Parts: sequence; C-alpha cells; structure tokens
Amino acid sequence: MSSYLLARIGALIAGLLVASIVIFVLLEIVPGDPAQFMLGLNARPDTLANLRAQLGLDQPVLTRYFNWVAGMLRGDFGISYTYRIPVTELVVQRLGVSLPLAAMALTLTILIAFPAGIIAASRRNSGTDFAVVSATQLGVAIPNFWFAIVLIWIFAVTLHWFSAGGFPGWDKGFWQGLRGLTLPAIALALPQAAILTRVMRSALLDTLDEDYIRTARAKGLTRIQVLWRHALRNALIPVLTIVGLQFAFLLAGGIIIENVFSLPGLGRLIFQGITQRDLIVVKSVVMLLVFAVILVNFIVDLSYLVVDPRLRRRP
Amino acid sequence: MSEPMLTAAALPRGTLLSAAIRSPSFIAGLLITLVFLGLALTSFFWTPYPYAAQDIPNKLQGLNAEHWFGTDQYGRDVFSMILAGARTSIAVALIAVGVGVGIGVPLGLTAAAQRGNLFDEIIMRGNDLVFAFPALLIAILITAIFGPSATNAVIAIGIFNIPVFARLSRAAALTLWTREFILAARVAGKGKARISLEHILPNILNTLLVQVTIQFSLGILAEAALAYVGLGAQPPTPSWGKMLADSQTLIGLAPHMAVIPGLCIVFTVMGLNLLGDGLSDIFDPRLRRSRT
Amino acid sequence: MSSLLEISNLKLDIGAIPILRDIDLKLEQGKVLGIIGESGSGKSMTALSIMGLAPRGAHLGGSVAYYGENLLQKSEAEMCVMRGRDFGMIFQEPMTALDPLQTIGTQVAGTLLAHGSISRRDASIEADRALERSGLPAEHFPRDRFPHELSGGQRQRVVIAMAIVMRPRLLIADEPTTALDVTTQATILNLLRRLVDDEGMGLMFVTHDLALVAGLASDIAVMRRGEIVEQGPTREIFGRLGHPYTRTLFAASSHVPVRYPAAAGKPVLEVEGLVRDYRLPPRHLFGRPGSFRAVDQVSFTIRRGENVGLVGESGSGKSTLARAIMALDPPQAGRIAVLGEAHDIEGASTQTRRKLQIVFQDPYGSFDPRQRVDILVSEPFYLLGKDAPRGKERQERVARALREVGLAPEDARKYIHEFSGGQRQRIAIARALIIEPALIILDEAVSALDVSIRAQILDLLANLSSRLGISFLFISHDLSVVRAITDRVLVMKAGKIVEQGRTEDVFRNPQQVYTRELIAATPNLERALAGG
Repeated sequence: MSSYLLARIGALIAGLLVASIVIFVLLEIVPGDPAQFMLGLNARPDTLANLRAQLGLDQPVLTRYFNWVAGMLRGDFGISYTYRIPVTELVVQRLGVSLPLAAMALTLTILIAFPAGIIAASRRNSGTDFAVVSATQLGVAIPNFWFAIVLIWIFAVTLHWFSAGGFPGWDKGFWQGLRGLTLPAIALALPQAAILTRVMRSALLDTLDEDYIRTARAKGLTRIQVLWRHALRNALIPVLTIVGLQFAFLLAGGIIIENVFSLPGLGRLIFQGITQRDLIVVKSVVMLLVFAVILVNFIVDLSYLVVDPRLRRRP
Repeated sequence: MSEPMLTAAALPRGTLLSAAIRSPSFIAGLLITLVFLGLALTSFFWTPYPYAAQDIPNKLQGLNAEHWFGTDQYGRDVFSMILAGARTSIAVALIAVGVGVGIGVPLGLTAAAQRGNLFDEIIMRGNDLVFAFPALLIAILITAIFGPSATNAVIAIGIFNIPVFARLSRAAALTLWTREFILAARVAGKGKARISLEHILPNILNTLLVQVTIQFSLGILAEAALAYVGLGAQPPTPSWGKMLADSQTLIGLAPHMAVIPGLCIVFTVMGLNLLGDGLSDIFDPRLRRSRT
Repeated sequence: MSSLLEISNLKLDIGAIPILRDIDLKLEQGKVLGIIGESGSGKSMTALSIMGLAPRGAHLGGSVAYYGENLLQKSEAEMCVMRGRDFGMIFQEPMTALDPLQTIGTQVAGTLLAHGSISRRDASIEADRALERSGLPAEHFPRDRFPHELSGGQRQRVVIAMAIVMRPRLLIADEPTTALDVTTQATILNLLRRLVDDEGMGLMFVTHDLALVAGLASDIAVMRRGEIVEQGPTREIFGRLGHPYTRTLFAASSHVPVRYPAAAGKPVLEVEGLVRDYRLPPRHLFGRPGSFRAVDQVSFTIRRGENVGLVGESGSGKSTLARAIMALDPPQAGRIAVLGEAHDIEGASTQTRRKLQIVFQDPYGSFDPRQRVDILVSEPFYLLGKDAPRGKERQERVARALREVGLAPEDARKYIHEFSGGQRQRIAIARALIIEPALIILDEAVSALDVSIRAQILDLLANLSSRLGISFLFISHDLSVVRAITDRVLVMKAGKIVEQGRTEDVFRNPQQVYTRELIAATPNLERALAGG
C-alpha cells in the first residue's frame, strides 16, 4: 500500500475522531436537561431520575462519549427523545430522500458544467465564451432557496406541472418520487453548476497554457485533439476537488431546500430536532453529515491516485 | 529566457488606475456595490416609512407611487424593509469577513513562517476540520446552543471564513518565502515576524482583497439563507432572507414580495463578484485572458 | 530542386509591435543552421513562426517555403498534418514539456496516432523504436514510465523521440540544452548530431550560446531586435567578424575581465566539516522521516581578497552550501567562522552576519517590488542595529554604493521595475556592498544575464574585488565564467568537494575523472573553431 493511501486513511480516521469530539463537546454545553424537556416542567423527580438513568445521562462525561461513539460504530445512534424510536431508523428513512436529492443535483451539476466549461474554454474569448461566463456570473449570485421559490411560483403555482412541496414517497412509484425531487434538484444544482463551470473553464485554460500543450501541438495535434487528449485529464485534478466539496455542500445545502419544498429529509429532521430540543437527533445527523463530507473528501483523494500517476509508487 | 510578467505591484500607480478604468467588470462591480452600500447607509437616517410600521388596510399592495416596491402581508412598506435589510446583510457579511481576515490571516502568515513545524501542522489540520463542517452546519450547531440571532449568524459565517483566509494567506506566503527577496531580507538579519509584516503582507494584499470581495458576497448569500430558515436575524430586525421566507406562502398573491428581495440579493452578490473579478484583472494582467 | 527550408522576407507583428523584420534564412537537408541571439532578439519567435505556432494575434508576412511550398498560406488543418510528420520541434524546458499524466510510450505514439491510419499496436512499436533511436533503450526505460520518473536529460530524449518518430525532414530545436547540466548537454548534442548525420534531417538550432553553436552548426545567423544582422558559414562568420554586433557578441562570450589578484591575506571564511541534511517525508505513515545529505563534510578556507569559484552540476549541493554559510539554514555538523569568529544561526551574531553578503541569480525575484531602491539597497543596515547610519549619512552611503556599481545616485528614488535585468543585478551588488562586507557570495549571479551584460557585470566584479579587497565566492555551473574570474576553484559533486586548487591548475590539469568530464563537456569557442 502506498504511503499516500496510508496517510489519507490516517487523516480520515483522525478527522472523524476530532469531529466527533467537537460535536459532542458543543452539544454537551447546551443549556437545559433533555429529560426535563421531554417530561415537561411538572414531572416528578423520581420519574425524571428514571428517565435520566434510562438515557444514560447520569453517567460521567467520558463514559457517555465512549458509549455514543461505540454505539455509532455498531450503527446504533440512540433513541430519539421526541419520536421515541431509534435514531438510526429515522435517519435511514430520511436518507431515502436526502441522498437521492443530492445525487440528482450533483448529476445535473456535472451534466451542465462539464460541457459548458469545455465549450467556453475551447472557444476562448468568443461570443459563446462570453455568454457562458456571463451566465455563470448570474448563476453564482442566485441564492438557491430563492431560485426554489421562483421555480415553485412558475412551475407549481402558475403552470401546475409540479406540486409546490411535499414528497409522495418512493412507495408511490419511482417516477412519482423522481418528480417530487425534480424542482428541488434543479434549484440546488443550477447555482452549483455555475460555480463548477467557472472552475472547469479556468482549469482548462490554465492547462492549455502549459508547455506540454505546445509540445503536443508541435507533434501535429489539432486544438481540439489537444483539449481532449491532454488538457481535459490534467484539468480534472482541480475540478475533482470542487466536485467533492460540492457533493458535501449539496448534502448539507439540502437542509434549506428541503425546507422550501417541505421534503421529509435530513434537513427537516435536524430543524425539528433543534426546535424540539431533541439533541440526540441533532448530534447524530450533524455527525452523519460531517462523516459524509470527510468520506467524500477521502474518495476524492483516492480518485487522485487513479488520475495522477505521480502519487502512485512503483513496487 | 522569458521576461517575467510585471505584477501590478511593480507597475506605476498611473498604470494601475488606467487599468482600473479600462476594466468593465471593475467599474460595473464598483458601481453596484456602492449603490447597495449607499442604500444601507441611507436607511440609518431615512426610509420612506418606518420599516416595522404595520398598516393592515394597505396590505399586499403591488408596486405603486406611494409604496414603490409595494407592501407585505402586514402592510409594511417593502422599499423601507429593503433599505433596512441591506444594512443587516452588509453588516453581517462584513463583520464575518472581518472575523475571517482578523483571525485567519495572522494564523496563515504564522503557519507559513513556521512551515513544517508543529504549529503549521496544527493550523492546517484545524483548517481541514472546519472545512468538514459546512457553514450551515456550524450555524445550526451554534443556534442549537445559543439560539438564533444575527450575532450568531455572524459567528457562524465568520468561523467558516477563518480557514478560507488562513489557507489562502499561508499558500500565498509560502510561495513568497521561497523568493530571493525574502532571502535577502533574512540575510539582512530580519526576523520571521518582521519579514511577514514588512514584506509578505504587503505583497499578498492584492490576493487577499480579491478574496475579501468573494467572501463578502458569499456572506450575503449565507446570511440570507440563515435568515430564511429562521437561524439568522430575528424579527423585528429586517433581513432580505426573512422577507423571502414571509413571501413564500403568498407567492401566488403577491409575487413582488419574493421577486424584489431576491433580485436585491442577486444584484449585490453579482456586484461584489464583478468587483472581485475586476480587481484580480487589474492586479494580475496574466489572469486577464483566462477570465474574459 | 528547392531547399528544405527557405525563408524570405518573413515579417511578424503582434498588434502594432513589430517582432520580426525581413528574415531570410535557408537550410538544406543534412545541415545544421544555428540561430544566435540574446533575449528579445526574436530567435524563438522565428522558430515558432515556421511551425505555425506563433502566439494569437500575430500577423505574419513574407514566405516560409518548405520544399517550395509556402507554409504561411497553409490552413491550420493542413499545418496540423505537416507538424510532426514533416517537421518537429523540441523546446527548452524538458521538465514541463511532457504531459505528466501519460506514459512516455503513449506520448511518443501520440504523434503517430494524431496523423491517423495506424493501429495503436503499430504506433507503440514505432514509438518504441523512436525512443530507442533517442537513446532510451526499452530494457532500462520501460515504455510505461511516466515523465516524473525520468531526469531532465531523459525527458528531453522523450521530447526528441516525439519529434522524430515520423522521421520528419526538418527538426527545430529551441534552446534544447539550456536547462540541462553540461555533461547532459553534451550527450543531447551528440544525439542531435547523429540524427542529422544518419537520417539526413535538417536541424535548425536556436541558442544564445556561441560556443555551443560553433561546434555544431555549419551555418549560422546572428539575430538582434527582430532582424538578422549577419549570416553565413560558421567558420567565415567567426573568422571575419564582419558585423560590429557579431564582434561584440564574440568578445563578450569569451570575455576575461582584467584582474589584479591581491596577495591572499588572513582567512575571511573558514568552513570545517560542514554537514547539511534535508528531511524527506516518511515512506510510511508511522515511518521515520528520511533524510538526504546535501552537503557532506565540506571544508575550505577563503582568504582576504581571494576570488574562489565553486562549480558543480545541479543537485551537487552548491546552493545548499551557500545557504548554510549565510546561516539561513542550520548545519547538522561542522563549524563556520567569519574573520575567526564563530558564525551560526542561533548566535544570530550580527557581528559576523554583517561581514557576509549574497547576490542571487534571479534579477527579477531579488527585490521586494513594493519598495524604492534606496530602501532596498540600505536593507543590510538593519544588521548594524543602533549604529546604522541615518538621514543624510544614509543617503550618502546609498549614493556611494550606487556609484560603485555604475548607477546614478538619483536612481535611489526609483522603483525596481524601472530597471533592466543587468541594472538590477548591479543594484543587488550595491545592496551587498553597502555594509562593507569581507565576503560576497555570488550564487549564479550572472547565469540569467545575456552575454554582453554578463561581461559588464564580470568587469564590475573584478574591479570591485581589486579596488576594495573584497573576497568573492563565485558559485556557478558555467565553467568558463568561473575560469575567467577566480583564483581558486572548488569542484563539488554529490555534496562533497572532490577537487580544489588554483583555477589555472585545475583547468589545465584536472586530477579527478569528474572534473575532466566537466571540463571536456563545457562548450569552448576556441576549441570548437580550431577543431571544427
């Protein structure tokens, strides 16, 4: 195994460990007693004590932290104070909405950004290039939740093509589910596509200025051949980094869009958790999202191994 | 032997100014930014109506002579709210950038000066850690602890800005540390802190300034998003994001309530981005061709 | 039958700026045409114009005839077919000339595949042969190697293989060896020579180095400011030295400054058993960090008024040694003394630091672009602490230092971007002089300069050394420069000093094999013209 890979795995584990400590400590200093909150102000002290024992709140801080981490490793995130069902069950349910949403949005982002960026870079300073760049200027300036409201206004309220919110559930059929996620995915994707287009374009233009592009031209490759055979793969290295960051952003950014469309995803769950002081839910979902971000970064780092031979060591 | 391009720093002042005048992005961006800054400042001593004054009989009016941007569901004047909202947006984003620059730049400069040391390592790993928490998650955590408010929005966005500036200034400083003029300063016996202040900082100011405009615009977007979901400014503090949240259920009845604050956000952010593009064009002629 | 290449009346403008004027050149099969010029002479632009690769916005006029066909009238598509097939090109910087993500085999085969009608398999067989012809046998250099696994010279061979794989009639080489060490340079030149002789290619060799081209080209053209000032058979041009510019160039290339070596005085710098290690990243996550010994047990002494040369190829540890002497990096072992006083990084003893100054290679990177020349030049005063001259005295010291290096006192108020490369190097010397040091280290200080400027700076240094009794440690990869200006020379290889002695003795009668190789590989104008 290469030292690069080992270093990446080390960073992954260390990142998760520190993140779990930060989240735990932050939520530890939250004022208020969850047991009190669940039972109301008039709860009898002995019931309160029972519940506290049941939730493990009476144990020392360190023990609670290790129990939490050990639980998560087993896939057990504890029991939601408000829903009274295992958090794992809740999260899995909600992931069924959030994950497809993020995946759809990312696919859309890439489908728009790659061609747009490539076309703009291959026709540097042309009218097409100018149009693409102007469109991205607008795209990066649009807040996605406002774009979502505008989409609802046009396609749901006015044209009645889609519903204004809510999610029919996957049991109503795949296409119904997909339809329910279409507007949210577009709202999430377009501003991100604008960012990625800009990154793609400037990464391509940077590589097109490299010496080896001139060498390739000197051996008879046309501008287009040079773009496909040499520039694109080299430009992919910075682009991959951004794609990784964007997936993480889309997962978390879904929090707001899910609110606009009242989708029963992780975002809604976290907000309900906050308003109802269901800290075990907040803690678990935040940890899960951070885990996703770190994992995606890890996968991006691994993909460099495929793209960039300089990171591979010969046996 | 190719002659290295002159950077803006090496150009006489007159050239810098004429480059500024020739850059359409810079002019457009500067104008838009000044307009919104002007609006925000105006709101301190004048708004057509008090921004919180309700006037139920005149609710949900469209655009007209009395109420240029119409009224909302309580009959409040939307134009007045936009003016006052600009103040919140700009204040939150600006202070958050200040937090990012104030803490991030010294950290980045120190890390670069101590390159490879434990301090550098801690700073970089700390940065990576904060990057693992999207700004929104930081805001959610902070709100979960301290409750929602504009101040907490500032803290959340500011925390996110710290690693951005730390990383940028470290990277920019590291390339400078390998330059021969820094070696010359070391040969002259200057210490690392002194070199960082006298030679490194002035030479990375351009880069930082461009990033400031970018983070400023991202801050405005983030403030609006937090206010929209109720994690930012609380009523009666006016905020564009909050106005959008109110507009959503009334979108069929009063679309102006959604369109106007939205366009304000779009224009402000675009203005700042254009300003940033313009600045980086002016500072670094080599970038000019790669951007349009 | 028409010539391989006949350029007549070639003109090139970029925007309103004229770059090339009235270029006439002729090259036959099996011949080498040398194009000589200093920076900005338009020699590279001429080469790129032939390839049809002139930068965007360039307007070309005249004709570039390849076997009678005017290339300037060809469409871009037609040129793409001809590039690589009829003419190939190699460039100056082998480190960046190859795509880092593709294997060398693929990149060479890419030339064939770009011209179609060949299977991938046949292309890789052809590529293998071309690499073989370029001196990279498959058993030592498997074709699935990536560029980062090869050295600079080996990469340049890959670039050459890419250019010759389709056996073009014309090869254009733009400073192909400038970035390489002398011994590597010699092998690459041999390879080019062999390709010309064996395959009957015409070679157009663009360079700034007279000695290099004198030994290689049958004909040369001397360029200046976008024009050809003189051209003809090499022997004739150098024998006649008709044009004043050619004369200047010739004189500058073999310039030996007049020196009056002082009797060596007491030791200024003593280095004893110096060791400097670099830390390498660990091979495993929990592994120990490795280390690389860049300077290994180096000892030498420099006396007052002495000019000492330090030569060696890249990676031999010359610059690391310089940094350690300047107390920029801490040594792992050994002792440095300046005028008999211990000089180390912790001591930060400004007492010894103020006796040492350094001039760097890059005239563009050596100054903070935001400060005025007087601030830049007086920077070393920082070492004097409270004793630093102020006000009028400081101004006078700056003015004196500027006058010493041939600049005007008024230049103190200008910014650094207002000066040319040669002037900047003078300012760098003024900065070193101002504090009246005992020793100045010149780390490749003239390597980035054109020959005519270089000759002036060498004169200046010789003059300063004789007049002020300052010692120099002259670090360079260029043996001819070191020979011209030093009394004593140290030869460094792999971190060790392998040979030292009086400069003339070492050059006339080198004791070590390595020194002999270095001297033999260094292009020498007289030898080239005498031997033919």
